[in-house]
Amino acid sequence: MATTTATAAIPAPAVAQPKTGLWSWITTVDHKRIGILYFWTSLSFFLIAGLEALLVRTQLIRPDNHFLSANWYNQLFTMHAVTMIFLALMPLMAAFFNYVVPLQIGARDVAFPRLNALSYWIYLFGGLFLTIPIFLGKMPDGGWFNYANLSEPAFSPGLNIDFYVLGLQILGLSSIISSINFIVTIINMRAPGMRLMRMAPFTWMTLITAVMMATAMAVLTIALTELMFDRFFGAAFFDVSRGGDPVLWQHLFWIFGHPEVYILILPIFGIISEVIPTFSRKPLFGYNVVIFSGILIGWLGWGVWSHHMFAVGLGPIADSFFAVSTMLIAIPTGIKIFNWLATLWGGSIRFTTAMMFATAFIATFTIGGISGVMHAAAPADLQQTDTYFVVAHIHYVFFGGTVMGLFAGIYYWFPKMFGRFLDERLGQAHFWLTFIGMNITFFPMHFLGLLGMPRRTFTYADGLGFDTMNLIATLGSYLIGLATLILAYNVVRSARAGKRAPANPWGAAMLEWAMPSPPPEYNFATIPVVRSRMPLWEGSNVLAEGIPHGREMEDTEEVTFAGAKLGKVSYPDDENIMSADDLGIHLPPPSVLPILLALALSLFFASFLGSHWLSLAAVICVALLVFAFAFEPGHSGH
Amino acid sequence: MDSAARAADPAHLDTSTGLDSRKMAFWTFIGSECLLFGSLIATYMAYKGASVTGPCPHTTLLWNGQQCPGILDIPLTSISTFDLLMSSLMMVLGLAAVQRGNQKRAAIWLGMTAFLGAIFLGFQSYEFTTFWHEGLTLQTNLFGTTFYTLTGFHGAHVFVGVIYMTVLAVLAWRGKLGPEKSLNVEIGGLYWHFVDVIWVVIFPLVYLIP
Amino acid sequence: MMSRVEAVRVRSARERGPAATIVSRLRSLAVRAVPGLLTLALAACGGAETFPQTTFAPKSDYAIQIDHLQMLTIYLGVGVGVAIFCILAFILLRFRHRPGAPEPKHVHGNATLEVAWTLIPAVLLAIIAVPTVRTIFATQAPPPADALEIDVRGFQWWWQFGYPQPNGDTIFTANEIHVPVGRPVVLKLRSADVIHSFWIPQMGGKRDVVPGRTNEIVFTPLEEGVYLGQCAEFCGSSHALMKMRLVAHKPADFQKWLAHQAQPAAEPTDSAVMVGKKLVTAGACAGCHTIDGTSASFGKTAPNLTHVASRTTIAAGVLANNARDLTAWIHDPQSVKPDARMPNLGLKPDEIRYIVAYLQTLY
Repeated sequence: MATTTATAAIPAPAVAQPKTGLWSWITTVDHKRIGILYFWTSLSFFLIAGLEALLVRTQLIRPDNHFLSANWYNQLFTMHAVTMIFLALMPLMAAFFNYVVPLQIGARDVAFPRLNALSYWIYLFGGLFLTIPIFLGKMPDGGWFNYANLSEPAFSPGLNIDFYVLGLQILGLSSIISSINFIVTIINMRAPGMRLMRMAPFTWMTLITAVMMATAMAVLTIALTELMFDRFFGAAFFDVSRGGDPVLWQHLFWIFGHPEVYILILPIFGIISEVIPTFSRKPLFGYNVVIFSGILIGWLGWGVWSHHMFAVGLGPIADSFFAVSTMLIAIPTGIKIFNWLATLWGGSIRFTTAMMFATAFIATFTIGGISGVMHAAAPADLQQTDTYFVVAHIHYVFFGGTVMGLFAGIYYWFPKMFGRFLDERLGQAHFWLTFIGMNITFFPMHFLGLLGMPRRTFTYADGLGFDTMNLIATLGSYLIGLATLILAYNVVRSARAGKRAPANPWGAAMLEWAMPSPPPEYNFATIPVVRSRMPLWEGSNVLAEGIPHGREMEDTEEVTFAGAKLGKVSYPDDENIMSADDLGIHLPPPSVLPILLALALSLFFASFLGSHWLSLAAVICVALLVFAFAFEPGHSGH
Repeated sequence: MDSAARAADPAHLDTSTGLDSRKMAFWTFIGSECLLFGSLIATYMAYKGASVTGPCPHTTLLWNGQQCPGILDIPLTSISTFDLLMSSLMMVLGLAAVQRGNQKRAAIWLGMTAFLGAIFLGFQSYEFTTFWHEGLTLQTNLFGTTFYTLTGFHGAHVFVGVIYMTVLAVLAWRGKLGPEKSLNVEIGGLYWHFVDVIWVVIFPLVYLIP
Repeated sequence: MMSRVEAVRVRSARERGPAATIVSRLRSLAVRAVPGLLTLALAACGGAETFPQTTFAPKSDYAIQIDHLQMLTIYLGVGVGVAIFCILAFILLRFRHRPGAPEPKHVHGNATLEVAWTLIPAVLLAIIAVPTVRTIFATQAPPPADALEIDVRGFQWWWQFGYPQPNGDTIFTANEIHVPVGRPVVLKLRSADVIHSFWIPQMGGKRDVVPGRTNEIVFTPLEEGVYLGQCAEFCGSSHALMKMRLVAHKPADFQKWLAHQAQPAAEPTDSAVMVGKKLVTAGACAGCHTIDGTSASFGKTAPNLTHVASRTTIAAGVLANNARDLTAWIHDPQSVKPDARMPNLGLKPDEIRYIVAYLQTLY
């Protein structure tokens, strides 16, 4: 059951002026626009990171290749991971957090709209900061894990690692701010009746992810600070000659790093738990179990970090503990897989591109999960760790899991975000090329690893038996590259010229589909009262047909999809949608402070490469801007 | 103001939990800070006694059997710890005064909080300079590295707090911190008490336990 | 123990020889559609001749213990994977939307089922967890008293192996580690600079070489032969070129080898070789390299060259140990191995020729 609260009075028709122009984007505090900014920025970085991967694969196409030097190779494999994790995948998730979560909980915006903008701008500047070294040829080259003491000034004197340390500090700041924002938003900004156990699975997974991000990123911040002090001020944290222990870095890094793995996969579990019910026309099977297993994964994720360190020699007791705790995580993960299968069972499955990615995700992620259990067996891991077997594993988790899931999310929510469908025919091509390409690329890597090819090697000799499988993997990666170009073309073209999408194009169940696509800046003309986990499927037609946002009576249309009637949706014209002023809704005014503050904060970290005076200037700017932030009119709170 | 308009304005929003969003955000921030300090403290503890050369925190024997003189001045730091604890009391009184609407008095208490915080920073600067002259720098050994980083990080938090409290004191003095704004002071208080509690953890771990 | 039986079967299949290898490879192509089977097929045909660094042909007690565990996880993993793919494929075919079909029933959950698929993974994991813990303790047991101790030291980007002698001396060699068959070996792993990882797959799992720590690997080589390995922890520019080989001898041959290595360097007789010796021992080479029995006796940061000619490769397994490769290496080490610590000394071709001539006598 769902109904709406009192309908707002409709004042005199004044045509809503869509706010456009560069300045409106720079000063926006609207979660939807920030989501779109995250979307395009992260996709751009996704292309860069993919290109880096293709260069890496091209170097490995044959033994003793000289396409890249060792130096370039080491920079590129490092930047591929750093860019993918911090600049492409996490922010692409943030795009969905931003766009979808407030809509799913029935809110007008996030709890702190300006902090939200601040997070985005910090991310953008951090990303730009990390692209500078590409042009200097001084990209980070210590791996994304950047193990001490190789990262110490004695062994890595160049700017490369400096960019890593400072860049990740900037990005960590962005993550912490945005995670706090989302925790508060989800807990505190829910519409009436939106109890915790009624929240959409994606919102739930976002909440768990945000909690992990707020805590894990703090640990990374300290690890980076310690390395920063070693590099810039001659501190002794990881200097072996002064008694420092490089293993401390590994502990700190993986205490962050393993939760980070779940940060990268839990939101995907949420996306899959949205897409599969929608296109099976069935509710999520075992909602409670899916949610609680997510919480359990998030919790256990803190107790497994040393399984990245089985080869370090922590002793049999620690190895046993972390082996068993790692295996335990497989249980809640397995539960989720079975729940998705049960959701599909007996459904009426429609193979949209989003659904194809979601179902393929189940298969590919399962492979990644199984190989994960294989190296939870610590002694076996001693053969597998630091080989291509682990490269295969992480790519089945991050590509077969995260990226496939994000692609599902893109095809699923694109109509909501842009009011237009992605082209389905291009989508199918994208799907098949990606699916085939990724398996051709990453499946042989399992064998490469077990047959003895270490990872992070810029070359391999003839005669070790690695040639054929590397050739296959490289050719597969070109297929993925081609697929990604199709996606890029599809999103750019469809955002402008795609088929117009109604409010609820898929006949889905969650609140974000109760508004026009894209939703007006105030989201909900009236804040809905929620009486169900699936407000659009169960009960009243008010939400199912879309909350009226038009000035006049809206056309209601039958929505059909793949030949099935999915119900009615309202379909107002753009110029017909009421503005916030029409409805008397007070929205926070735009602000230029977030971008300025982000600039000052980024400058502070970047200034370590320059002079102390620059740092001081940056600190003063930050302080002044924080004051301005706290006292800016039209915004309450600091 | 109708319900729709109320919902849009965070200040007047009936939040799902009834807690103010800013306060909740601050608690979350403190959670994050706990991990921040936790990692620093863990580093300090992991490296306790791992220095290859002196000076040492407490008089101990080095790995090569050399006597390493202790450098920490426990009585002096006990005084500064007491000073910081007292500042928390001032903070409590300040908040109470704001809630009662007595802004002039609140300004005094908040000013005292900032002042005691500044004194703590004074003690810390004195301590750092003394250690410096006794040959302990960030670069000297693992003790210097971890000690300056941990206590310096805490000191930076106190410094931010001092500015924060000064601003609140000035606002109160100017009569801009009425009871309806007491949440601002409450959040400031959360920060101040948190920084104080962290010191209560650091002080025994670094100074008292040899 | 299903796993052990099947593991044995796989190993015997592996040893059938090249003809059988081709047949099973063709067979493996035929079943490529099922990736799990491909795993087994490759495991079956991936002999050490084709894949010298394979983990599927264990040749030490340590490696065999790991292999049993690894095969168990592979069988279970492939089984679970195939089961899930079959269920998924069935569902996707069976429950596709058909025009005119009624809306599916809204099922929200089923407690019995959910308990079942919590318990099934738990049981499967227990099947892995018990042998895992057992193997962890078995493979990390303290070495027996009669174990042969070898000091391993990782450098950017080569390996030093030291054999402590009863008289207190240590015999040093580089990048080629010699061990006797049938006797437990304990490797004491230390690093001279950054973290490396010692890995010779057929002898067992890898172990990191961490500066400031001493790690151990204990294993008993079971079969004579030459086994390849390389550094497995990213350690800088030339990480990929930090290779090594392990030579397992009959015990008597090992003693012979060790006795020979204990000898000081051969004295040159040829005049060209004498020039080479002078260039090496009185020149910059001696700053880093030691040649026992000559004045070059203090260099500690580069491979000991006393018996360099007895090794099959140079530059940590990257080049063959012949005149041409030695010349190329000495002429410009960085072009062979990026950022190699050995400097380009700008030697004249003649000088290099003399030096190579001398090095080739150091058998």
